[in-house]
Amino acid sequence: MTATANPAAGAQPKPVRPHDPANLVEVDDLKVYFEIRSGVFKTAQGSVRAIDGVTVDVRRGETLGLVGESGCGKSTIGRAMIKLRDATAGTVRFDGTDLESVKPDELRRMRRRMQIIFQDPYGSLDPRMAVGAIIGEPLDTHHLAEGQAKQERIAELLELVGLDPNYVRRYPHEFSGGQRQRIGVARALAVEPEFIVCDEPISALDVSIQAQVLNLLTDLRARLGLTYLFVAHDLSVVKHISDRVAVMYLGKIVEIGPPEVLYSAPGHPYSRALLSAVPVPDPAAERKRKRVILKGDVPSPVNPPSGCRFHTRCWLYERMGEPEDCRTINPELKVVADVADHQAACHHSDEALKTDVGIAHIDPTQVRRGTPASALAMLAETNATTPHHEGFQAPAFPDVPGATPESTSASDAFGVRDPGSTSTPTDRIDPW
Amino acid sequence: MATNTTVVPGQIAKPKASVGPWREAAGRLFRNKLAIVGLFLVSGLLFAGIFGPFLAPWPYQVQDLQAVFANGGRPLPPFSPDHLLGTDQLGRDLLSRMLDGARISVTVAFVVQMVIIFIGVPLGALAGWYAGLMDSTIMRFTDVIYAFPDLLFIILLSVAFRETPFGQALDGLFLVFVAIGLVGWVTVARLTRGQILSLKETEFVEAARAIGVSDRNIVLKHLLPNGISPIIVAVTLGIPVAILAEATLAYIGVGVQPPRASWGSLIAEGQKSLRSDPHLVTFPAIAIALALIGFTFLGDGLRDALDPKLKGKQ
Amino acid sequence: MVSANEEVPTGESPTIVELSSDEVLRERNAAVLEAGAGRKADHLLEVRGLSTHFFTPDGVVQAVDDVDFEVGYGETLGLVGESGCGKSVTALSIARLVADPPGKIVSGSIQFDGIDVLKLSDVDMRKLRGKEIGFIFQDPLTSLNPTLTIGYQIGESIREHLGLSAKAARDRIIELLAKVGIPRPADRLNDYPHQFSGGMRQRVMIAIALSCDPKLILADEPTTALDVTIQAQILELIQRLSSEFQTAVLLITHDLGIAAGMCDRVNVMYAGRIVETGTVDTLFEDPRMPYAWGLLDSLPRIDDVRGDRLRTIEGLPPLLINVPDACRFNPRCSYARDRCRESEPQLTEREPGHSARCWATEPGGWIE
Repeated sequence: MTATANPAAGAQPKPVRPHDPANLVEVDDLKVYFEIRSGVFKTAQGSVRAIDGVTVDVRRGETLGLVGESGCGKSTIGRAMIKLRDATAGTVRFDGTDLESVKPDELRRMRRRMQIIFQDPYGSLDPRMAVGAIIGEPLDTHHLAEGQAKQERIAELLELVGLDPNYVRRYPHEFSGGQRQRIGVARALAVEPEFIVCDEPISALDVSIQAQVLNLLTDLRARLGLTYLFVAHDLSVVKHISDRVAVMYLGKIVEIGPPEVLYSAPGHPYSRALLSAVPVPDPAAERKRKRVILKGDVPSPVNPPSGCRFHTRCWLYERMGEPEDCRTINPELKVVADVADHQAACHHSDEALKTDVGIAHIDPTQVRRGTPASALAMLAETNATTPHHEGFQAPAFPDVPGATPESTSASDAFGVRDPGSTSTPTDRIDPW
Repeated sequence: MATNTTVVPGQIAKPKASVGPWREAAGRLFRNKLAIVGLFLVSGLLFAGIFGPFLAPWPYQVQDLQAVFANGGRPLPPFSPDHLLGTDQLGRDLLSRMLDGARISVTVAFVVQMVIIFIGVPLGALAGWYAGLMDSTIMRFTDVIYAFPDLLFIILLSVAFRETPFGQALDGLFLVFVAIGLVGWVTVARLTRGQILSLKETEFVEAARAIGVSDRNIVLKHLLPNGISPIIVAVTLGIPVAILAEATLAYIGVGVQPPRASWGSLIAEGQKSLRSDPHLVTFPAIAIALALIGFTFLGDGLRDALDPKLKGKQ
Repeated sequence: MVSANEEVPTGESPTIVELSSDEVLRERNAAVLEAGAGRKADHLLEVRGLSTHFFTPDGVVQAVDDVDFEVGYGETLGLVGESGCGKSVTALSIARLVADPPGKIVSGSIQFDGIDVLKLSDVDMRKLRGKEIGFIFQDPLTSLNPTLTIGYQIGESIREHLGLSAKAARDRIIELLAKVGIPRPADRLNDYPHQFSGGMRQRVMIAIALSCDPKLILADEPTTALDVTIQAQILELIQRLSSEFQTAVLLITHDLGIAAGMCDRVNVMYAGRIVETGTVDTLFEDPRMPYAWGLLDSLPRIDDVRGDRLRTIEGLPPLLINVPDACRFNPRCSYARDRCRESEPQLTEREPGHSARCWATEPGGWIE
């Protein structure tokens, strides 16, 4: 939580770029080091370099995906962006304002504009507070509503995330993981933020619930005009929701770009290894893949390797006969293949691009989907002829102007409720 | 809003609505047989302590010398007319004196715990929340207090201040409270600090910080309600310690002053005639034992009931 | 965390693994055939009518209900489903590791290599576990004893079941550690679990599982707690070693991608029942049950078009207390009709080797 005042020795502070109004969050050469103290006198033994020089922007209205494995710093960076972690060096600016120089009162007011959704649905809600109190706390803290108005707002928020407003007196442990995440989302939305850090919001959920919550987040984004930093380790999920994706390794961003480009032609060997490691639910494709198996474990963030941090495990380094620049010089992000938005921090990304290592050659014509066409056709038919047939009620999600054009198509029939239930639309998600 | 559990054909059963963590804990407590025994004993003690002296057949200090003379100068045994548990040498009704002792024990127990909570919890909370230098200072201070030999210190205090107005207040009870309380708060302080330190790092506290909740409110609304369970248990289990400490003080003549009838002093007086009139020692000793057992069972039951191991994880 | 100077593990596969479909299939078929040659029973593991119930204060939870399946010699079978579907309890029941109370195997039979497991004495069961059945659990941090060296823990099995001399045991342990890709195995024998990273600990677990050359490995979500690149390492290791040792694997996972890559056959479980079973290709190509459809539909995939709204299965899995005689998926199913609420469909064969439990997709049903 507290970082040390120990700027990287010898580094020149880079001049901070002028604020670009298109950016909501600007991070410049951010470093977050955690000191390791041990012994009786708690002397410093070294620092964990959780973030070691990151410069990145989150543009207004975009969703920036952030992927990486343990120890890469992706969780820390999200928290640093909303000042839940102090920076050891570098700057974080929210809408042009340097968060370091802001006074505590002003910071508290600014917190309304930036919120966070946590990974752990069990740990992120106070087990002793009822749901209504959990969602009401932000309203109280910022004096946004009181009395009857507050109760109404809480009910409104619960409905917004797809929960029955009658559940205000229930406690978190009565809900499933997915529902608890929804409560967390409602809490974050209570202050009407502009920017939300989603820290692995669906990793801890069951597969079928992940899709529900992911849809919720995309719908809310469209409806409320939110900007997301979406941190995850699941590459397929990140691709689905992000406008740009950044790959982190050992405290630095090693590649960044639009997912279509990054996933089909990654410029950094680590991105390739990461992509190749993701299992795809398609047995034929799995068998055909050239999978990169990285050797060993992630090096410790206390003592990162010299030069390029990835060179100790890099397959390209090995293949190219261990070039010296990889060992000695730390590569900066540079544009890849003339696509301005796509950058990679590798001395030899053009070499990486030439190979097809790590790419899953999935034949698009054979992409399997679960539901067979005949079943879908049947649904479409029944939906058209008997709109009020039990079991095919339209989802209770409030109408979002323009957000979900497929609302009338057959595919949305999957968003149906218990056909035998007599509950009201707002009772859509039952606690069982 | 309770959901029913009748199974509709084709549907699958729904669970009952929950009643909140505290009431669930209460439910667990009442299912625990030993805890019920403890609760029963504690209630008995409380009743005796609060209402006993009003219901006692005799004021505790009155000497029924006639009865003693009539008995040949010896204390009356149990089941004598007018004296259910007998009397001591001076004809003072044992039952009534024991009820006074109950009152003393109850007062000591609860007041001491109040002192402990009022010193221990804030100190522990400060140490845990601010950490760093504040934490180190407070903890070193508690280490020093902890290192004191408790009983010796209490005796020292009691003897030193016995003659002062401070020591005379409330028949010497006030001195006893302060002495026991002054050495007893360390455990609670340490516990509070530990709870705050560990809860500080939880995600729901991080969420509160992200919302902008003030430090004070985080401690009061999130940390303390969640952390209070082990403190409740420690306080409950600390009561027998306090009762025993008070009895010990009275036994060695340092605590509550005569003619108040602390169970400890009853034992001290009674042991002189242990062979001839054992009832004078037996009954107070049983009373002490029952009080200790009662609070211990209750404390153990509370610990099991409040244990968060079943926090609704699926 | 290990230091940056981690050496290249010995016995590690080449960095880039290129597997073509034919080669893989050929290798696996050969391994499976060889494993099955000359064995006592048709299948290594035959489970019939297995029911495991938990007796709780709130009622009887029918966690596993009348489950049938087989695992062939050398085959990798996947048990796939979400949390609460009963897959872990099924695996624990096979090894008789279900906590009793509150759990109890109330009916069914389990034949392992021709032996009736449920009738074995506790002593014989212990001999079976460890020697014939190896385990890989999800969290290597808690499955390994933090106060014992890994050399001791691997050796425990060897000493117990194989009766080797100290030197022979030591040699075997070093050999195993090398096989699972732990660098400098002789030096690391005396290290403690906390001195290894998550991936390395899982390798140690695999070494323990393989130590007595078992016929079956029960792997319960072996990579869920690991990073994705480490997961790839561990899965590749399990696959390679199971072929090499001709060990069957019962792989329990919620990740359909892992199942697609690792398994020969897959059983999909829901609410304590098996709802579909088939080879991995038929299941992914032609699933015959709305739950399987919904599951596959709701997965975001790397090859997706970005921004499509995912098709989801609304609602939640049911509570398994007082389960009525109806299809357990019907409250969440878009295709449900009255029949689904009146009685539960049976698991019926649709094609050779491919069975599903659904009224709608049965011949004569209302889909297809």
